[in-house]
Amino acid sequence: MEIKPAGKYIYSDIELDREEGQIIEDLKAKSQEPIPDPDRWLDEELEQNILLTTVDALINWGRRSSLWTAICFPACCAFEMIAANGPRFDLARFGMEILRASPRQADLMITAGTLTWKMAPNVRRIYNQMAEPKWVIAMGACAISGGIFASAEYAVVPGYNRIIPVDVYIPGCPPRPEALIYGIQMLQRKIARRKNIDVRKLLER
Amino acid sequence: MTVSLSGKEVARKIEEQFPGSVAESSQDTLVVRADFLLDVARFLRDTEGLELDFLNFVTAVDYYDHFEVVYLLSSMKHNHSLTVKVRRYGRENPVLPSVVGLWQGADFQEREIFDLFGIRFEGHPDMKRIFLWDGFQGYPLRKDFV
Repeated sequence: MEIKPAGKYIYSDIELDREEGQIIEDLKAKSQEPIPDPDRWLDEELEQNILLTTVDALINWGRRSSLWTAICFPACCAFEMIAANGPRFDLARFGMEILRASPRQADLMITAGTLTWKMAPNVRRIYNQMAEPKWVIAMGACAISGGIFASAEYAVVPGYNRIIPVDVYIPGCPPRPEALIYGIQMLQRKIARRKNIDVRKLLER
Repeated sequence: MTVSLSGKEVARKIEEQFPGSVAESSQDTLVVRADFLLDVARFLRDTEGLELDFLNFVTAVDYYDHFEVVYLLSSMKHNHSLTVKVRRYGRENPVLPSVVGLWQGADFQEREIFDLFGIRFEGHPDMKRIFLWDGFQGYPLRKDFV
């Protein structure tokens, strides 16, 4: 029996597929170790400086009070995230309410959900598009370690810290909106301690 | 409520048209020989009184010595449904005919079966992986995949 001849399909070319496969394989090969916490070196910084702490305090206050979130929600934790944004939990009270459609306007990435290797290059790209300074919250078991899908290791990334540096981990499957809000508050505390000006470099000059 | 057609009755109708095409039939399902799959599928879709014009899903099962591909068909006109199965023995390079020419909905699902079971559908317009990337080794939903 005859089969209808192949019409015009919206698929990409085979060449593109091969390139995509190559990108994923490269990323997978590079992601064998988790990326360490980006703020680990901060403790080595100069402890106190009266003149510059006020500048730090002002900058950090501004940064932590307007955490805008990049949209990168690959799975079901997103619904808790949406609930947290809604009127009942009202994330807007803390100045972290705006979801930006463009990662270039965002400084926080809440990674709500399972990440597959096929999606991984895109998440990496979203992270790279965000402007500095930027922070990442790993929300839920999948984002921390792969969660219940960790045994399906052929397709699932075992934790976002293989792909991008993570600042705060929120456990839960999924975490409740309160947990998410608490996690963002922890991140705000972390930002408050951040030192924006390298005093040693200034002194050297 | 959708009425589930008796596999035995439908098998009798098919046998009249294509002798030797039905391998097995029961109250719930009927198993078609792979050589006759397209003929039987077209018969089921176009025959007066059956008109199974909608493909709910295609999926596959690995039974170690053979793969079984399962089609759930239903009729928008008569509101009844039928499960049709095809078996493919042997694990090396299994090939089955594609039903995309009859039901467009089979397109992505057959690609999914190819992706996860490695069953190649002959006549499919774009037989390649859909969930996993090009260059991935193995077929994850096979029982012997480690």
